[in-house]
Amino acid sequence: MTNTNISNAVLNDADPQCDDAELGMQTPGQIFRNRVLNHRGFLIGSGIIAALVLIAIFAPLIAPHDPYVQSLSSRMLPPVWSEGGSWDHILGSDQNGRDYLSRLIYGTRVSITIGLGAATVGLFIGVTLGVIAGYFGGWVDHAISFLLTAQLALPGLLLAMALVFIIGPSIWVVIGIVGVLHWTYYLVVTRAATQRIRSQDFIAAAQASGATSRQIIWHEILPNLLSSIIVIFTFELGIAILAESSLSFLGVGIQPPTPSWGLMIAEGKQAMFYRPWLVVLPGICLFFLVIGANLMGDGLRDITSPEGRNG
Amino acid sequence: MSIILDIQSLNISLSLPTGTLHAVRDVSFTIARGESLGIVGESGSGKSLTALAIMRLLPRGANVTATQLMFDDHDLPILSDEAFAKTIPGVRIGMIFQEPMTSLNPVYTIGRQMTEAAVAKGMLSAAAARKKAIDLLDRVGIPDPEARLDQFPHQMSGGQRQRVMIAMTLMLDPDLLIADEPTTALDVTVQAQILDLLDDLRRERQMGMILISHDLAVVAERSDKVAVMYGGEVIEQGSSNEVLRAPAHPYTQSLLQAIPHLGGSPGRLGSIPGTVPSLMRPPTGCIFAPRCSHSRPECFTARPPKRAHGGDHLATCVLEQPPTLHNHVEALLGSGAKDGAEDVLVAQNVTQVFYSRKGLFGPKREIRALDNVSLSLKRGETLAVIGESGSGKSTLARILLGLSVPTKGTVSMLGKEISTLSGTERASFVQPVFQDPYSSLNPRRRLSEIIARPLELRGEGDHASRTKAIEASMELVRLPKRLLHTYPSQLSGGQRQRVAIARALVTRPEALICDEPTSALDVSVQAQILNLLDDLRAEMGLTCLLITHDMAVVHQVADRVVVMYQGRIVEEGPAREVLANPQDDYTKRLLAAAPRFEPELEDAE
Repeated sequence: MTNTNISNAVLNDADPQCDDAELGMQTPGQIFRNRVLNHRGFLIGSGIIAALVLIAIFAPLIAPHDPYVQSLSSRMLPPVWSEGGSWDHILGSDQNGRDYLSRLIYGTRVSITIGLGAATVGLFIGVTLGVIAGYFGGWVDHAISFLLTAQLALPGLLLAMALVFIIGPSIWVVIGIVGVLHWTYYLVVTRAATQRIRSQDFIAAAQASGATSRQIIWHEILPNLLSSIIVIFTFELGIAILAESSLSFLGVGIQPPTPSWGLMIAEGKQAMFYRPWLVVLPGICLFFLVIGANLMGDGLRDITSPEGRNG
Repeated sequence: MSIILDIQSLNISLSLPTGTLHAVRDVSFTIARGESLGIVGESGSGKSLTALAIMRLLPRGANVTATQLMFDDHDLPILSDEAFAKTIPGVRIGMIFQEPMTSLNPVYTIGRQMTEAAVAKGMLSAAAARKKAIDLLDRVGIPDPEARLDQFPHQMSGGQRQRVMIAMTLMLDPDLLIADEPTTALDVTVQAQILDLLDDLRRERQMGMILISHDLAVVAERSDKVAVMYGGEVIEQGSSNEVLRAPAHPYTQSLLQAIPHLGGSPGRLGSIPGTVPSLMRPPTGCIFAPRCSHSRPECFTARPPKRAHGGDHLATCVLEQPPTLHNHVEALLGSGAKDGAEDVLVAQNVTQVFYSRKGLFGPKREIRALDNVSLSLKRGETLAVIGESGSGKSTLARILLGLSVPTKGTVSMLGKEISTLSGTERASFVQPVFQDPYSSLNPRRRLSEIIARPLELRGEGDHASRTKAIEASMELVRLPKRLLHTYPSQLSGGQRQRVAIARALVTRPEALICDEPTSALDVSVQAQILNLLDDLRAEMGLTCLLITHDMAVVHQVADRVVVMYQGRIVEEGPAREVLANPQDDYTKRLLAAAPRFEPELEDAE
C-alpha cells in the first residue's frame, strides 16, 4: 500500500509535465473502469448486494411458499440435507410451520429497505450538518460539534429501543430512528473534507466571481465530497441492517408476523440447541449482506480515491 | 583532492501500475572532498531521485543499477541494508530536505532530536552530545543556543528550523552533505543567509556537497561544478563557470534564456516549445530532440555522444560546436499605462487587524497585517507588489478582490466603493489568478465548465454565446480547443495556470490580480506565462496587479513597483528606478539578497 502510494507520488511528479498525447490520455471514465475491473473485493461485494436486491424485488416470484401461511402439521421441519428433511421445504420450517426459505427471501426486503432508508436519513442529516460546519466554521462549527459530542455520548441501541417503545414499532419508525441515530460518521468525514476544500484557491476564485455560499457548496464542494459520501453510505447500510436486526431481536423492531432476519433469530433462539438452523440460516444471510456492503464500500473507497488522479 | 563520491552510469527505474518509469538513466559524476556539485533541472528531471538513490531512500518498487557507486572506500551496492544503515546515512552522508516545516518532529525538543542519533550510535555521551549541539547551533547562527535546545520546532521560524536541520546533520560530522532544494521554501533574504552558511561550513569542514535546485542562479553562485539534468539524464556537466557562462547544450542555453535577469533591459523570455518527455519508454535518440531548435534527423535515431568542450565540460549533444548564443533581446510587446490613464482600482488607508486569543479567556493579541496601505492601479499598467512572507501582500490581494473587508480604509473600483457592489458586479471589475495551479481549479469539473462558471454566475448569455466566449478566452491564453472537455488532473502545471487565467479573463474584467502566478512553476513554464502576460498587455491592454517575491520577475514585467514590509509600504515608484536606485533599506537588502548571475553572452554581431 505504502509502496504504491509512493510510486503514485513519483508518477504524479513526472506526469503532469508529459505531453498529453504521450500520456495515453486516459479519461477519468477509463481510469474508473479499469479500477473497477481490477478490484476483486468490489466485484464480489457489489455482486452480493446486486443479487440480494434482485431477490428482494422478485421475492414473490422466487419464494416457493407463502411466508405467512402456518401449518401446524409441518412445524420445525429440518432442512433438506438433515435427517427428515424434504425438498418441499428446502430450508425447513419454523415453530409455526412456515416455510423458512420463503421467510428468508421476504426478510431480504425488510433488511434492504431499512438499510437503504436509514442510511439515507443519516446521509441527509450528517452531510448537511457536516458541510455547514466545515464551510462556515466559527460558532456554527462549535454548535454542530457540540451536537456531535452529545450524540456520541448517548448509548445508541438503548436510545433506539426507548424511542421505538414510545412511538410504537413499524418499519418506517425503525428507519427513521436508526437513521437519526447514525449520522455522526457522515458529519465527521464531510466536515473535515469541507474544511480542507474550503481553503483551496478554487473556492476563492468562485467567491471572486461573485458566487454565493449556497452556489459554492452545491457547485464546488459537494462534487468533491461525492466519493466519500458514497463510501460512508455503504458502511452505514451495513450498520443500519445490523441495528434493525438487534432491535427486532430485542422485540422492539419489526413485529411478527412480518419476516425479518433479526426477528427470525429471536424466534429461533429457544430451540437453538436442538434446531440450530433456525438461528444459523438468518445469521448467514445477515453475514453476507453486511460483508457485501462492506466489501463494496471498501472497494468504492479505493476506486474513487483521488490519489494519483486529483492530487 | 580525494574523490569522496564516484557514481558511474546510475540507472533508476520505478515499476508503476501502468508500466516502468525510466526515471534516471546513465548518470555519472564525481565529487571530491570540499567540492560542491550543483544538480539543476526542472521537475521530473530525476534530480531528487538521484540523491534519494545514494541514501537508499527510494520507494520499494525502485530498481537501481550502476556500474560504480563508490563512497569513499565503501562499495555501496555490496553493503547489506543493515550495514548501510549503520555506517552511511547520517554518519557519513547527511541530508537536508526542502520543507523545514515538516522535517523536524513537532513533539520532541530541538535538543533531543539533535543529540538522539549520536547518543544512540554510541558516538558521544549525552553530555558531550549536548555540548556539541550547543556549539553547532551557535555556529549556524541561532542566538542563545543553550535555551533553544529545550524549545520545540513550532517555536522557531522557517529559516531557523532549516538552520537547526543543518546543525543536526552536522552532529555526526558527515563527509558529504546532500541538500535537496534547501532554500526553496524560504524567503529571499533568508535563502541568501542559509546558502552562505552551507558554503562556509563546506569549506571549513572539507565536506563534499550536492546542492539540488531548480534555480540556476542559486547553483551558479554556490557550486564548483554543475550537472544539468533533463528527462532523467545529465545532458551537460562541468565547472559552474563554463556551463553557465558558455553552455554547450541547446537545453541549457534555452533554460538560461528563459530566466528573467535583473540586469539589462527587460525583454521577451526565451521559451522552450513542447513539454517534458514521457519516461515510460527508454529513448532511442536524444531525449531533448523533440523540443530542440537545432535538431537533425540523426538526433531522433541515435543516442547522442558525450562530447568534451574543454576540460571536464561535457555535453550530450551531436553538435560539435555549441550553437552560438544570441544576445539579441526581443523587446516586450506590451507598453505601460498611457499618461493620464484613469485609476481602475484604488485602496485608501487600508488597515487590517487580526485578533487572536490564547484559549477562551486569554489576553487578546493584535496582529497588524496591513498598516495604512494606499495604492492605485492605473488602466493598462502592471503594478508589482513585492514582499516576503508575512509582509501582508496576500491579505492585501484578498481585500482588493473584495473577499475580505478591511478593518479600516476603503477600496474603490472605478470610483465605486467596493462595499456597495454585489458579488457579480465586483467580479466584472477584478479577477484573481492564484499561485498554486493545483488548488485553483476544481478537480471534479471539466475545463469548459470551469471557464464558463463566471458567466453562468452572472447569468450572461445563452449556451452558444458562452461557448464562443470560452473559446475566445482559451485562444487568448493559447490553450488548444481539444482540451475543452478534459479535467484539470490531465493537465500540466503551466496548462492549469493558463486555464486559471482564461477563467479570470472570460468576463472581461478591468483588472487581474495575480498572486505569485509563477512561483509554483518551472523556469521554462514561468517564461511562457510571463510572455503570455506580456501578450495580453499588448493585445487587450491588460491591467494587472502582480504580487511576487521575485525581484527578477518584477524587473521583467512591472511598470511600477510597491515594496511591502511588515504590513507597510516602504517604497513605491517606477520599477526601473526602484530596482536601479533603491531608497529604502529593506529594498536594498531585498535586492542584494536576490541571487543573480549574468551569463556573458557572446554577441552575434
